[in-house]
Parts: sequence; C-alpha cells; structure tokens
Amino acid sequence: MFGPEQGHFALALACVLALVQFAVPLWGANRRDARLVGLAPYLAVSQLIALGYSFLCLVMCAVSDDFSVQNVAANSAVSKPLLYKITGVWGNHEGSVLLWTLILAICGGAVSLFGRNLPDILRGRVLAILGGVSAGFQMFCLLTSDPFDRVFPAPMDGQGMNPLLQDPGLAFHPPILYTGYVGFAVPFAFAVAALIEGRVDAAWGRWVRPWAVAAWCFLTCGIALGSWWSYYVLGWGGYWFWDPVENASLIPWLTGTALVHSAIVVEKREGLKIWTVLLAIATFSFSLSGTFLVRSGILNSVHAFANDPARGVFILALLAIVIGGSLALFAWRAPSLTSTGLFSPISREGSLVLNNILLCSICAVVVTGTMYPPFMQLLAGRTISVGKPFFDAATIPLTLPLLLAMGVGTALPWKRAQLARTFSHLYAAAGIAAIGLVLCFWKLSGVLPIACGALAIWVIAASASDVLRRIGMGHTSAQGVWERMKHLPRSSWGAALAHIGAGITVLGLCGMSQAQHAIVEVHIGETRSLAGDDWTLLDVHDYIGPNYKAMQADIAIRHNGKLVTILHPEKRDFTTQSQTTTEVAIHTNFITDLYGVVGDRHGKGKNTTYVLRLHRNPLAPWMWLGGLVMAIGGAFSLSDRRMRIGAPKRAAARNMARA
Amino acid sequence: MTRKTRRLWIVIACLACVGSAAALTLRAFSSNIVFFMAPSQVKANPPSPDRTIRLGGMVMAGSLHRINENGTPVNAFEVTDGQAAVEVHYTGILPDLFREGQSVVALGTVQKDGGFTASEVLAKHDETYMPKEVADELKRTGKWDPRFGKAPDASSWDTMTAKKAGG
Repeated sequence: MFGPEQGHFALALACVLALVQFAVPLWGANRRDARLVGLAPYLAVSQLIALGYSFLCLVMCAVSDDFSVQNVAANSAVSKPLLYKITGVWGNHEGSVLLWTLILAICGGAVSLFGRNLPDILRGRVLAILGGVSAGFQMFCLLTSDPFDRVFPAPMDGQGMNPLLQDPGLAFHPPILYTGYVGFAVPFAFAVAALIEGRVDAAWGRWVRPWAVAAWCFLTCGIALGSWWSYYVLGWGGYWFWDPVENASLIPWLTGTALVHSAIVVEKREGLKIWTVLLAIATFSFSLSGTFLVRSGILNSVHAFANDPARGVFILALLAIVIGGSLALFAWRAPSLTSTGLFSPISREGSLVLNNILLCSICAVVVTGTMYPPFMQLLAGRTISVGKPFFDAATIPLTLPLLLAMGVGTALPWKRAQLARTFSHLYAAAGIAAIGLVLCFWKLSGVLPIACGALAIWVIAASASDVLRRIGMGHTSAQGVWERMKHLPRSSWGAALAHIGAGITVLGLCGMSQAQHAIVEVHIGETRSLAGDDWTLLDVHDYIGPNYKAMQADIAIRHNGKLVTILHPEKRDFTTQSQTTTEVAIHTNFITDLYGVVGDRHGKGKNTTYVLRLHRNPLAPWMWLGGLVMAIGGAFSLSDRRMRIGAPKRAAARNMARA
Repeated sequence: MTRKTRRLWIVIACLACVGSAAALTLRAFSSNIVFFMAPSQVKANPPSPDRTIRLGGMVMAGSLHRINENGTPVNAFEVTDGQAAVEVHYTGILPDLFREGQSVVALGTVQKDGGFTASEVLAKHDETYMPKEVADELKRTGKWDPRFGKAPDASSWDTMTAKKAGG
C-alpha cells in the first residue's frame, strides 16, 4: 500500500498532473475558455494528493526500515529513534527535494482553496505558473535525485544519519524554512500572471500581500530557528556564520521584507507597481537559487549534503528557465504597467520607498559578499573567502539609517506629511532612545554596537508610542481607549509588533557582540572565573545512550559564592558513523546565557585534565525571541479583515443561493 | 510635487544608498578578504602578520601535541601540502572531525617566526570528503591523482618533512 514503487508512481503522476496544470489553464486563459481555466484548482488539488501520497510512502519506507531503498539505507538505521526516522526523510538531498515540491504543491492547494474570491482567469494563471515550477522540480526529483531508488542486495542495516542532524531543532527547521522559501512562489506566480495579463492594481496588491506576509513569517521563523540550532548544537558559541547557506536564506528574507512593504504601497496608493512585481520575481529567484545552488555544490558549504555535477547542470537549466523566463517577460511587459498615485518624499510612501532602497542595498552587499569568492575562483583561479568581518563592516552601517527610518515611518501619514507635526508625536520615543543611548554607552563597548543598541531602543519606543497614540492613550477615557483598541486594524498591531521584534533582535545582536569566553584546562574540582562568575568542574562520568557513548561533565557556576546552576555538557561518540558530537549545556535567565562545552580528556589517573570552553553571552535569547515576535506580528496582520477581502463577497453569494 | 521631481528624489535616494553600499563593500573587501594559501606558498612568500589567511593542507601524522601556556591549553600540529610544513598553534577545542593524516583548514595569521596562529580550525570532512581547496592544491602539486584512489596519508608524501616530525 505504501511501498516505494507506489510512491515512485505517485511522484510521476504528480509530475504529469503538474504539467497539465501548467499547460491547460494558460491555454484556456488565452482562448477565454472558462471551463479549461476552471480545471486549474482541481488539478492543483489532485497534484497535491498524489505528491502527499508519494511523500507518505517515503516516510513509511523510513519508518519500516526498508533498507532496499537506497535513500533509507544511506540515511537511516534500525537503532535510530522513531522521531528521527521520520524527520530524517528530509535530512538528505533526495528527501529534501521531495519535501520542497510537496510544499510547493501545498501552496498550489492553498491558492485553490483560499483564492475563491480571485477572478477565475487570474487564479488559473497563478496556478498554472505554480504548476510549471512544480513540474520542473518534480522532474529534477525523478530524473537526477530519485528518493525511491532501490539497492540490490539490500543491506541488513542502514548507515545511519549524521548525528549532528539528530536534534529536534533541526528536525522541524527544514519544513519551516522551506515553507518560507517556497511560499514566495505564490507572489512570484501572481507577478508573472499580472505580467501576462498586463494589469496590476490595488486589488492585485491586496491579493498578493497575505501570501507574501505568510511566506515572510515562515522564512523569519526558519532563519531564527536555524541560527538557534547552530548556537546550541554546533557548540562554537556563535549564532551566525555568514556561510553561503545562511546567506542564501538571508538574501530572500531581505528582498521579501522589501516586498511585504512595497505591496502596501500598491494596495493603498497604486504606486510602485513595476517595482513590486520585480521584487516578487527577485525574491523567489533568490530563494530558488539559494536553495539549489547550495544543494548542487556550486557554492560549497559546511551544510551541503551532496555535491554532484549532473544535478548541478539540471538545476542550472531549471533556474535559467524560471528566472530568465520571468525576467524576460518582465522586460517585455513591465513598460505597459503605468504607475499612478503621486506622493511627496516626506510621507508614508516615501518612507516605504526608503525602506526598499536600504533593504535592497543591504541585499546587494550580501549577494556580492556571497558570490564574489566563487566568481574569483572561476575567473582568476585564486581561492579567497570573506567572512564575518566583511559582512559586519559592510552591512551594519546600512542598517543604521534603516532602523532610524523604521521609527519614523509608521508615524507618517500617507501622501504628504509635515515633519514638525510627526516629530511632535515622537518626542517621548526620542527621550527614551536618548536614555537608551546613555545606557548603551555604559553597558556596551564599540561605536557600532552602541549606535545599533540606541537605535533598536528607538525603534521599540517609537513603534510602541505610535500604537499608544492611535488608541488615544492619555487623551481619552479608559472606555474610549478600549473602544479604539478594538477598532485599530490588526495590521497596525502587526506592523508595530514586527518592528518591535526587529528592535529586540538588534538588541540581542548588540548584546552578543559583548560576549566573553575562555578556554581552560582543569582538573576535577578546579575553579576558574569568567566575567564575575566562578565555574567549577565538579565531576565527569561516562554513560551509554541509545546509539552513542557519552562523556558528561558537571560544571557548577557560582556568582559571589551563590550557586547559579549546574551545567551538564556532553561529548557523544556515535559508534555507527564513528563520529563525535558535542552537546552544549546552556543556562539562560533571558538576560544572559551561560554556555559550557566539554572538550578532550587528557592524562590518566589523578592527573586527568579536561578542556572546557566557557561562554557568557549577554542577551543571546533576544535574537531569536525578536524573530518570533516579528513572525507573530506578521501573523497578526494576516488576521486583519482587510486581508480577507473575499469574505463579504462570499457571504453575499451564499445569501443569494439561500434566497 | 510633480512626477518628475518625485522621480528625481527617488533617483537621488537610490544613488546615495547604492553608492554608500558600494563604498562600504569595497572598503570591507580591501581589508577583510581572506586568501587561501597552501603551506608551500606560505613558506615561499609569507604574508604580513596582520593579514588573516586560510591555511589548508593535511595534518601531518604524529605531529599533534599540546602545550600548556599559563593554564590555557594550546594545540600544536603541522599542516603540510607535501612540499612544506607549517606549525599551527590553536587555542581551543579542536573540531570533532579533526584527525591526523586528514585535511584541515585553519583561519589565522602567520607569525614573524614563520609559525601560524589559528583563531579557528575547520575540519569539515568525513571519510571521503576533503575541502575543495585542499584537494585542488594536492592535485596541483602532483601529490594526488583522484583517478588512482584516495588521497595518500600525509606523512608518506615527503620523507624530509615526515622525518622532521619524528615519524
């Protein structure tokens, strides 16, 4: 019922359905044939069912330890816990491509279900574009990276998964991140459909924005989760490596953030239309090239699962068709989209334009830093790399004006604003930011961290004061405030929350720039001090886990003689893969993380010493907390009734049916 | 505000932002690009001590030993590309995948005495994979032809450097 052959067949079926989903509605829309266009949602849903079945088959193969399937044999083992048998399905190249296409199909299904209020022709075209992209990647899956390949003879046991990936954080990281990447396929499809149709208006902006916001929320969560994973699993004490894979997720996040903002201008003022269409195309192109250039080994990275040139060629061809095709269409059709809506530079629109320019400049810097090394290798044959110093020096100065503008932007009215009036609303926030600046001078060292910290406090204060002003806090009675609170659009709450989240993240980054660490070699019972805390190695003992042997240390941390916590970092030795991993121990009070890693054991008997790495990371949890707050802000604004413009229309139709 | 003046404002803002982005990038590039060097290149023309480089090669078998500097454990090992060897000092916990006779990439600076102080050591390989830079360098120097099997053990390449390491 759920064997690999059935899964393989279902995948092939889904691929054919996706091809039909691509061709028929486009042809139908061209001939204005409503029946052919109307097929699109059904095709999208049936493609989703076929692909879901295929994915379920692969999961079943992994759960039932069917080692005759190459993919399971290479990545699973009998001794692996059940949770990781399931999540291990997407922990490798083939499975992750399948998951990728499955999420794309889910997006198609979602457009079919939630997009009933769209004009039929537009929905047909959107689904056709999604189907086309889907078909391409399912073909990639079938032809070059088939997850259902069999091996003969089947091995008795699998080779097991990379123990680094055996972690609950990583188990759920790829689906969330992929949903973010793939979610931008929907705005992309909307953009291409609008180009084919030759019409972008406020309604288009209103339809496209929820999809962009949803994808953005997932991508934000995915990036935060990935960074958190590398913080507590890799055990090197850092949170962001500026590695090509991480940059590949940051680049679409930057353009996606720009898209979420520029779509507001399309929706409210019918401006920036061509630009928004271009951003939608660029964001999906970046997420596509990000995921697949890394996977194909063109950009080498610590995270790359497999490097295979045959896959590289296929992927490059696919990327060329999707990206090149959409850009060519853009060049051909974009001039027909005319912009209306005039506004002055000092206005909400003006601030959103500034936001877009700054975000895209940062994005350009990150792209340059990521692509320069491989190009230099290709052209000049010199192997170079750029790392944290480069990105810090080049991106942080561009973030400063962005943070400054973030505080002002939401307080500006549309069309035309008077600066003096706007600033009169922001006195309180400016005062808090000034206090913050003093606080930063006292607590932080370095010009950039101080500036970033003060500006982050400014963003938080300005966003909060903007909401407080709108609900009339301090001007009206408690009753009035409550009434206004209820009537303030959810999107305003969402925007304020997202901006506050960004501020929290920046504060976390500033705190982390002051992190301290020490590497010590100690006997059992010895004490070392780091930044005011005394770290004592109490004991070290060995134990045997389900598929590893472990060495666990007990480290007591005392502050002024008072016990704060006992950390239990471990070093695990996985026997199947002859690989060792370090398990970090972290104690957090949400202000400071105390972070301990145990290293090698040296010597024998009484002279045994252990190498320990001790970190004190101020405000570390805030980085990810801020990401979560940003995503919650996005979700809040998704629940705004303006985003569900179809609801009243549908209700009217239902009433008519009843009558 | 006419369409033209608005466009002018946008163009000015774009130019200012993109210009400063380009300036920042170039400035950061000029001071922060990290070059990859093989031990023989480091020996032939050592970079200045304030320049961070990536040193790549194989960890010489039998060369890893530990020095204790005021209670801080320092790992010392030799990295070779078969023609020359450079002594690397690294304070910290070596990565889980670090092994003698296998490839490694170290980030750090070359000291005046010719030694290398690493701030970071990467051993991102499994049994079959080695960093691309190291593989290229081995092929360039003729120490390894991938068509004839896996890379030889580091200590077997050059008897002189192997003897110096006491192997």
